[in-house]
Amino acid sequence: MRDITEFAIDVARRAGASYADARVVTQESQALETKDLSVAGVNLGETQGIGIRVLCNGGWGFAATQNLTKRAVEKAARTAVAVAKASATCLDKPVTLAKEPTYNARWVSPHLKDPFAVSLETKIGVLLEAAKIMKAVKGVTVAQGSLTFVKETVFFASSEGSRIEQSFIRSSCGIVAHASGEADRQRRSWPNSAGGQFELAGWEMVEKWDLSGNAQRIAEEAVALLSAPACPQTTTDVILGSSQLGLQIHESCGHPSELDRALGQEINFAGASFLTPDNLNKLKYGSPIVNLVADATAAGALGSFGFDDEGVQSQRVYLVKDGIFCGYLSSRDTSHLVGLDRSGGAMRSESWLRVPIIRMTNISLVPGDAGSLADIIADTEDGILMECNKSWSIDNLRYNFQFSTEIGWEVKGGKLGRMLKNCSYSGITPVFWNSCDAIGGYEDYVEWGLPNCGKGQPMQSMWTGHGAPPARFRNVQVGIAHAR
Amino acid sequence: MITKNQAKKIIDLALAHAKGKADAAEVYVTASDVATSRFANNGMTQNQAPASSSVSVRVLVDGRQARLSTSQMSARAIRQLVDNAVIAAKLLDKDPELLPLYKPTGSAGNGSIVSRFDRKTAAFSPDSRAAAIASMIAVAKAQQLSAAGTFSSGSNAFAIGNSEGLFEFHSETEAESSVTITAADSSGWAKAHNPKVALIDTVGMARRSADKAASSRNPVEIPPGKYTVILEPSAVLDLLGFLWYDFAGTSHLDQLSCFLGKVGQKVLGDNITIRDDAFHLLQAGAPFDGEGLPRTVVTLVENGVIKNLVHGRRSAAKFGVKPTGHGLMEPNPMGEHPVNIVVEGGATRLEDMIAGTDRGLLLTRVWYVREVDPATKIVTGMTRDGTFLVEGGKIKQGVKNLRFNVSLIEMLNNVVALGPSVRAAGEEGFPAVVPAMKVSNFNFASTTRF
Repeated sequence: MRDITEFAIDVARRAGASYADARVVTQESQALETKDLSVAGVNLGETQGIGIRVLCNGGWGFAATQNLTKRAVEKAARTAVAVAKASATCLDKPVTLAKEPTYNARWVSPHLKDPFAVSLETKIGVLLEAAKIMKAVKGVTVAQGSLTFVKETVFFASSEGSRIEQSFIRSSCGIVAHASGEADRQRRSWPNSAGGQFELAGWEMVEKWDLSGNAQRIAEEAVALLSAPACPQTTTDVILGSSQLGLQIHESCGHPSELDRALGQEINFAGASFLTPDNLNKLKYGSPIVNLVADATAAGALGSFGFDDEGVQSQRVYLVKDGIFCGYLSSRDTSHLVGLDRSGGAMRSESWLRVPIIRMTNISLVPGDAGSLADIIADTEDGILMECNKSWSIDNLRYNFQFSTEIGWEVKGGKLGRMLKNCSYSGITPVFWNSCDAIGGYEDYVEWGLPNCGKGQPMQSMWTGHGAPPARFRNVQVGIAHAR
Repeated sequence: MITKNQAKKIIDLALAHAKGKADAAEVYVTASDVATSRFANNGMTQNQAPASSSVSVRVLVDGRQARLSTSQMSARAIRQLVDNAVIAAKLLDKDPELLPLYKPTGSAGNGSIVSRFDRKTAAFSPDSRAAAIASMIAVAKAQQLSAAGTFSSGSNAFAIGNSEGLFEFHSETEAESSVTITAADSSGWAKAHNPKVALIDTVGMARRSADKAASSRNPVEIPPGKYTVILEPSAVLDLLGFLWYDFAGTSHLDQLSCFLGKVGQKVLGDNITIRDDAFHLLQAGAPFDGEGLPRTVVTLVENGVIKNLVHGRRSAAKFGVKPTGHGLMEPNPMGEHPVNIVVEGGATRLEDMIAGTDRGLLLTRVWYVREVDPATKIVTGMTRDGTFLVEGGKIKQGVKNLRFNVSLIEMLNNVVALGPSVRAAGEEGFPAVVPAMKVSNFNFASTTRF
């Protein structure tokens, strides 16, 4: 891989590029799905190719090919340069890059058990065992399960001299129980919705999350939700469970912190951001107990790596400190535009086929001192606990949001009360985060993994991490999604 | 771009190698050569020209099946792929519902398509894309506005073959452009997608977006509540996209569809007729489904009555009906999906919808639409990039954006006017042929700050 990336860079330089980098990416994947007591899908894949990115005359160009012969790579490198020259005809200012040291490095993601060494029979067996338990609960209409595994190697080389090899193993597991009534559809997921939990880990994560051990409970909850009272339409205190808070962080902090958005570069699709550069170090994003970090170094977290996809070393960057907005997810061609002396290392690509763009790494809420979820409940006089995301929506500057969850419970006098269905809450991001008055500690903190954050044109799907404890927010509008 | 002969060679190679090792085999070849240029702040920001192809093999072995795919297209890699698929299939339990592979009958569905491959589009160069982008930027700059958007062009190919003698090949070109033009506190947007690049009017799109940005300056906040809304086609597309899977046979078998038990009943308004028509002149895509069956035209809704569902082979067998040619690539728990939607339109032009509205809102597009309730089909989302208050039959001013929570079933019972159907492109799903709609009692739940 070293030879072909160096060849690509050499061709690009000779064709006129002032900067070039090349990534050879190899991905091996397994996606296993069950539906009720049958195998619904066994899809095994592998892909390999090279993505070549160049600057020429101040404009960006990118081309990619899966054919790693010198002939094909030369054609791709020349195409990248031709595309960059075309870019340069549409620019007022040339692109410049913030400095970054060069590296000769190798990085391997941590895992205990290689999931590719575990047999398909064992994997399917785990899913079917959970399915049997769910289907045995009266009222469950469909039981679903899924496991995914990805083994990825990335070799990066740049015309500045970096040579970086990284290896990743990512694993996921999840089950869902559906229950359908006359005019009602409810579901419960474990460990999380949207495919389950995703981690930068091996088979040990599947064992840890114990699908069978939780199957009965979620099946019973799905059925119980059909007859549960609906979430009231009111303003009240809301406790968000860890998994729901993870998504809240993703949507209301992670995305607006992407510097390309803040600079207007994503305005055509993903949108812009209310966290504009003039607000940096000034805007009161949240209450003083709120601290949010972008941490690509967090061990085992889905969005971690050694170096991003333009060769910048992973970092831990505060986005919000003591409630004040103070940082961005940035790249080499954006960081200096807001006075940062270095890229924050957030350029990531879905595969060899796509150009890297600014993406979340692990955007996490630093745990506080409010203890466990049980402690926060005990400290809450009147509110609603909501857990496990069902729907999510936010405006294109990341202000107005509305989320719904699979399940909720009343909290009265410090105790959990009735189960509630169709829970939803909404708000305006800085108002919401300024109402945060209790953040749990490490007792119930989880590094959640979301596999499919969508951004870019053409769309790229990116795996991101979100560490979250449970937390409480005061005076939140709830139940609005079903208000008629 | 892969040719028909090249695709056949790959498929034949895989099938020949599978003979004697698997009971049956199906091979799928895809190729994509689509370049995308992006711009923002009146300058080019990203410019990419990736090319890829892949081959995917599904083998049936003693009642078991597995699918493997690879991007390695050498003969050796393809033989290895087949061998690995056979090994994988043997490790699984039997699937009692596994059907034999589709055996082509020689029928061509109930329609045919005109070519969707345009040489000019396939050959559209980086410089041509840059020139198209420059034309949009020029419109923005002339009014001291800022333009952002994309221009993409290229071609795709799909081929499927199986050990029952099936071979189908389809290639088509695509061109797509979208533009957002912004002023200090307002914006406008337009998007188009077509197999022919010549039919993408970048200057026209930029002018419409610029006009919207200019005319929605200083937006006012209006209270949430129920309004009559005029939805431009892209807004209709991005809302109704959340309804299509409810017409899939599998969604009824799983008891998930909002139309469960309602086939044959009048559920929507009299003026709502929807079909899935792969052969419509304004459609794109292959005329065969994920198992190679020819697509058929299916009337989903007729005058508000839920008429038919779409079926892949599995759900068709369970329903005791013929498959409709909408199956997804097996194995797939979803089963099938309508992909060539045509919502029948009417004769009311957008201007006439506006002129006939005492008080209402004109929506250019909707954004971040997500399903809230699968039974009642409540979806939520935001307005964006050109939201206007209409009063006394005229566009009065721009308004700050609002969040809606609407039931799509209620919405399609409240359509008071339909425009002519056009090919629309949005951001929440695939392009389709839909009209503008005027809808009463559209529920807005809250506002935002811009």
